[in-house]
Amino acid sequence: MKSVRLLHGPAYPLGRKNIDTDVIIGAEHLKTITRAGLGRHAFETIRREPGNVFDDPRFQGAPILIAGDNFGCGSSREHAAWALDDLGIRAVIAPSFSDIFSGNAFKNGIVAVVLDQPAVDRLLEVAAELPLTVDLETMTVTTPLQDRFHFHLDPFRRECLMGGLDEIGLTTASEPAIRAYEARTGI
Amino acid sequence: MTARTLYEKIWDAHVIEQREDGTCLIYIDRHLVHEVTSPQAFEGLRLATRKVRRPDLTLAVADHNVPTTARVDSRGARLAIGDPRSAEQLAALEANVAEFKVPYIEATAAEQGIVHVVGPEQGFTLPGTTVVCGDSHTAAHGALGALAFGIGTSEVEHVLATQTLLLRPSKTMEVRVEGRLGFAVSAKDVILSIIGRLGAAGGTGFVIEYRGSTFRDMSIEARLTVANMSIEAGARSGLFAPDEKTFAYLKDRPMSPKGDAWLESVERWRTLHTDDGASFDSSLRLDASEIAPSVTWGTSPEDVLPITGTVPDPESFVDSSKQAAARKALDYMGLTPGTSLQDVTVEHIFIGSCTNSRIEDLRQAADVVRGRKINSAIKQALVVPGSGLVKRQAEAEGLDRIFTEAGFEWREPGCSMCLAMNPDKVPPQERCASTSNRNFVGRQGPGARTHLLSPAMAAAAAVTGRLTDVRELVK
Repeated sequence: MKSVRLLHGPAYPLGRKNIDTDVIIGAEHLKTITRAGLGRHAFETIRREPGNVFDDPRFQGAPILIAGDNFGCGSSREHAAWALDDLGIRAVIAPSFSDIFSGNAFKNGIVAVVLDQPAVDRLLEVAAELPLTVDLETMTVTTPLQDRFHFHLDPFRRECLMGGLDEIGLTTASEPAIRAYEARTGI
Repeated sequence: MTARTLYEKIWDAHVIEQREDGTCLIYIDRHLVHEVTSPQAFEGLRLATRKVRRPDLTLAVADHNVPTTARVDSRGARLAIGDPRSAEQLAALEANVAEFKVPYIEATAAEQGIVHVVGPEQGFTLPGTTVVCGDSHTAAHGALGALAFGIGTSEVEHVLATQTLLLRPSKTMEVRVEGRLGFAVSAKDVILSIIGRLGAAGGTGFVIEYRGSTFRDMSIEARLTVANMSIEAGARSGLFAPDEKTFAYLKDRPMSPKGDAWLESVERWRTLHTDDGASFDSSLRLDASEIAPSVTWGTSPEDVLPITGTVPDPESFVDSSKQAAARKALDYMGLTPGTSLQDVTVEHIFIGSCTNSRIEDLRQAADVVRGRKINSAIKQALVVPGSGLVKRQAEAEGLDRIFTEAGFEWREPGCSMCLAMNPDKVPPQERCASTSNRNFVGRQGPGARTHLLSPAMAAAAAVTGRLTDVRELVK
């Protein structure tokens, strides 16, 4: 996993609710056997709309995306997280995320930042003109206009994100406990 | 001992280790693998020189990409897949299962089918087990009392390597429905109505347990339809307490326990229910009499109404973000507020998907179609059985002839037009009455417009060429 501690830069002010994983990356692009190169197909249906944030030069290469409720709902496809990663997005800020997506994002070193709707609305407004800062050390999102919003991260997830830790490697250390469980349950 | 919910019992029985912050290492009893979300996981194992820890608890089958047209020629030789990228993904799965010695159901075998139809059908899914798959509709397996949920590819790799996952416990939600369902009201209408009430994110962070007489009266196949769509309300899992119907369904399945092991298993499974006095973090109650045959009008499964309703006015929603979403949805769907849903014409019919492709689904659709013809305005009407075994059973009952004589195409099993990864797609701006589970923008093909409904309702739409109250057609 890539480590992530501090992000600073423009944020795509998308703001919509129920952005599903089919919208993030369409099924046609799931026919790949690698993780790479999905960014160019990300948000295809939104990118057909004139004036969309993804083709706005102000936000090119933004490391942050701001969305509405229930971001990443729908399919379990991790291709959605890979597509964001390939676009260079390292944090998504929204009032809520689907459970499967937030897990997938975390495994790819993308931070799912949960803030309440008024905070998200304020960040959408500021991000139209100014860059944002997401700091995992202080667990805050800040703006050049002195806004400061705190968010929560599971301690374990935060440690993995900041240390770029490999979960399978960590679990391998529990092999004796896994074996004992199998012996006890007879599976 | 404190009273526990069914979810808590299954969770507790699978905790290997608990960390200080509450994260648990959970044992995974069953892992289903398909071709779309596994290639990068196997590649990860290969790069780290890891093995599949328990191939005996793993089962692979291809379903998403496979064409639903003939797979073998008249001499039984396997036909090549036309789309080179789909062919490559299937070839990757076949190479990976061979290299890592994972049990695999061949694409041409009678047992092949949609992974969530195959698991229960083979007795791979059992009550009280933890079941995962790189697919969000894994929730379906909860119909048998398994704690089943979809995972991403990194988690697929984690399970392949360690047979475990690192998880935090979910909150619990009781969805209770009491009473008898009305004439021609099906399990699909029940779950669509629940999603309409909860909203697409209402179940996020929760595991739902479906309780009450309406669910107890349901067959296992109906319960599979309900549990399957738990994820459309945001819940990663949906659970039903196993009962005599569950045991009867599983007895003598190819991978079910046999002999004494069967008797011991049933004894254990009888303890899998929520204790009296156990409490849920949230609850929703419905009366079965409130549920009508239903259909979606928008681009989220929460956008659902009884078939007797009209296309809503976006301004009628209280929440401004919902107003904006509804305006976009109606624009995409090509619908005008105030239009009666029964005046909406359709050009495509899809009966299939992991939600509604089992034998009872096909019987319910066939009952409506029998002796009728599909409307001349219908450009394509597909019936895609959920597995080769469902297809064989339907053919033994003559259902295939009922469908083909009416003008439907009778296809080979797979995910098909539910997500349009194979050649079965709805063309742009055309409208499909579909028994699948998602009406997202572009789900059935770029620009395609999807209306979710039950198999009987899809059959009724095929006959009339518009969204139809099946109760009026078959009364």
